[in-house]
Amino acid sequence: MRRIYWPLSCLLLLFPVLCLAASGRELRIGLSADVSSMDPHFAALASNVNISSHVFDTLTQVDADAKLIPWLAESWRTIDDTTWEFKLRRGVRFHDGSELTAEDVVFSLERPMTFNNRPSGFQSYVKSIVAKEIVDSHTLRLKTATPYALLPYELVSVFIVSRRAAEKAQAVDFDNGRAMVGSGPFRFARFLRGDRVELARNDQYWGPAPHWEHVSFRIVTSDPARIAGLLAGDFDVIDNVPPSDVARIGKDTRFALERKTSWRTIFYTMDQRGPPFENPTHDRRVRLALSKAIDRRVIAEKVMEGQAVPTANVVSPSVFGHVSTLAAEAYDPEGARKLLAEAGYAQGFALTVHAPNNRYVNDEQVAQAVAQMLSRVGVRTRVETLPLNIYFSKARAQEFPFAMLGWGSFSGNLALRSLLMTNDPSRGRGAWNWGRYSNPRFDELVAQSLQTLDASEREKLVHDAMRQAHADTAILPLYHQIAVWALRKDLAYTARTDEFTFAFDVRPR
Amino acid sequence: MIHFILRRLGQSLLVLLVMSVLVFAGVYAIGDPIDILINPQADQMERERVSTALGLGEPLYKQYGLFLSHAVQGDLGNSFSYNVPALSLVFERLPATLELAVCAMLIAVLLGIPLGLWAGLRPRAFTARLIGGASILGFSLPTFWVGMLLIMFFAVQLGWLPSGGRGPTVDVLGVPVSFLSWEGLQHLALPALNLALFKLSLLIRLTRASTRDALQQDYVRTARAKGLKESRVVGVHVLRNIMLPIITVAGLEFGSLIAFAVVTETLFAWPGMGKLIIDAITMLDRPLILAYLLVTVLLFTAINLLTDLLYGVFDPRVRARLTA
Repeated sequence: MRRIYWPLSCLLLLFPVLCLAASGRELRIGLSADVSSMDPHFAALASNVNISSHVFDTLTQVDADAKLIPWLAESWRTIDDTTWEFKLRRGVRFHDGSELTAEDVVFSLERPMTFNNRPSGFQSYVKSIVAKEIVDSHTLRLKTATPYALLPYELVSVFIVSRRAAEKAQAVDFDNGRAMVGSGPFRFARFLRGDRVELARNDQYWGPAPHWEHVSFRIVTSDPARIAGLLAGDFDVIDNVPPSDVARIGKDTRFALERKTSWRTIFYTMDQRGPPFENPTHDRRVRLALSKAIDRRVIAEKVMEGQAVPTANVVSPSVFGHVSTLAAEAYDPEGARKLLAEAGYAQGFALTVHAPNNRYVNDEQVAQAVAQMLSRVGVRTRVETLPLNIYFSKARAQEFPFAMLGWGSFSGNLALRSLLMTNDPSRGRGAWNWGRYSNPRFDELVAQSLQTLDASEREKLVHDAMRQAHADTAILPLYHQIAVWALRKDLAYTARTDEFTFAFDVRPR
Repeated sequence: MIHFILRRLGQSLLVLLVMSVLVFAGVYAIGDPIDILINPQADQMERERVSTALGLGEPLYKQYGLFLSHAVQGDLGNSFSYNVPALSLVFERLPATLELAVCAMLIAVLLGIPLGLWAGLRPRAFTARLIGGASILGFSLPTFWVGMLLIMFFAVQLGWLPSGGRGPTVDVLGVPVSFLSWEGLQHLALPALNLALFKLSLLIRLTRASTRDALQQDYVRTARAKGLKESRVVGVHVLRNIMLPIITVAGLEFGSLIAFAVVTETLFAWPGMGKLIIDAITMLDRPLILAYLLVTVLLFTAINLLTDLLYGVFDPRVRARLTA
């Protein structure tokens, strides 16, 4: 008899659990990128940051349009050129009930620099801070070595952890939840690597309460599988809908689509090193000719199936530093041929068009389209696409004359510093300047903009720098990607420029 | 017997050593892991720091020496991309892949051998032709396409089974398994079937051909002439003799099931080792690649050993040689 009761009592015990899981208020999200760790200061991967943003808060934040907004820091001001004072929100509590104070903030800002002997991807965001001073439990002063206007922008990326929970924690302690003590809208429930992350609502949250009691993020990297999961009703929301499926899901009455012009700009870099290198693209006329030869409208509408916006800008429209008066270079094959002839390349030249084949949406197809367009004006093109692990190393070693790159940034001058300032390792400039573009006037403008604390003055400097880069045809911007989410018809999502999928921004319609 | 096992282990150690050299040289030739691992916003100085912290700035032979000295102490290093010990990552994923592969193999063996036998015994029957035709389809259709069809039909159209994922697991001696709960079984069904399809077809065709061959042999004619019952002729004389090639193939195929489960795992979002190794390669996560290959080599060695021991069960001649 006892044998029969065993499974029965198990079922009875499980019953409340099953009911809880099944009762409404649960949101199931299908994510396209794998989450490598729960430690919020380990890898600066978008997929990791996406999860951390639910459990932890940051001092500053950006809204759906990438505009800087107060978060844990209610306000901030500059005391002098190199000192910033941040006032912390009062009454914010960690998930363990303890109050969040300036001590936790200082600890969190220091943690990426002293990170278990392992590299942290978040050093970039805190390295400008040379000194930290606690004024009182809710006031904090940060000093930078030189005036640095972007500090509040960089703090968007640094999660505040509980000092008590994280001080001695290893990566494992975050992965199993012991150290996952934040102040965010959700508490950590479970992390199954490569499979799922489960969260539960934090009912003591200081901000607006999320609608969902339970959220599960399932990792489904294969596009067709994610779409099938949505169609089968296994997911309520999926991110990163591939362009080829957008039309089909748009027609399905069970689902809705949310779209937003992403902060990611796709562009081509051109080798601009002069003699002794033989570079046709050293000549600005050739670079402009290549730009005129590319029909960005066709790429956006056909290759990207409408999920892209042609552009001449390095940053997308809502990002600080976007110049709205710069129009995407018009398709002008005649003008391109004339410019090539003027530069002495009437017979064209040979050019290999490089692109990764597993990084950006339709990257390989876009490279092929670009190559075809260039060959129409007489450039003898060859396409070579490579997986990312090979591609980045070779591109950084300047092995590619014409290479595709995508970039997203909260502020235009941050992008320009990495992408186009003269390559200078000692000052941390131009780390991704593959083409070795270099213009002292441009460098000066960007450097000044990084130091200018006044926002309108800074914006003017960034705009001037953007125009200078455009006038020099420093890179060939192609388009801004459009990020697409698909969700159940009865749900709504505030689509974000930074492409993140936040469960607290999903709500019933 | 002991001798035999020891020799096998020695061989696999050699394989491990050669493999580690190949992986080191291979990853080095592909590119610098730093370029993938680092935050794009990082500047050149930070790149240097990370490179030094991971020991990637050293010359290759020094990196390899360091690895070997740690490896003999059982430390394969932390994964670059997950920041936890690489070996524990592999063991975390191993049960999921093994469960999937064992289920697929069970489907293939338990269905494949009887069906093949049936088709081999009555080659002219309609059912035999049907089985033969279906098996041709089974191994000529690509796995990912069949997988998509299975998902579209059973998950999207009918809604009977989940479209992917592993579902809830039950711990058995600390190892999470799916097959003990109804929901887990539902999650297991489609990926296991998808993975089994090719092997199933292969086993059907192999068994059918071997059976037809065996039926022509003198010992079968003798057995029949002795007036033995058909069930004994087939069940003992035929089956026993066709088992040797089937075991060989099944053993080899079981290894390849584990190694090539990656397509099925990706399609069904099954958190197994296949996905781990693909990610590790794209991230140039050298410690993880090494740990994965180490475990796989040991696994293959074990499977081959088991296959050889199974020969002995079915073939007295082999048994005699093994015990000698």
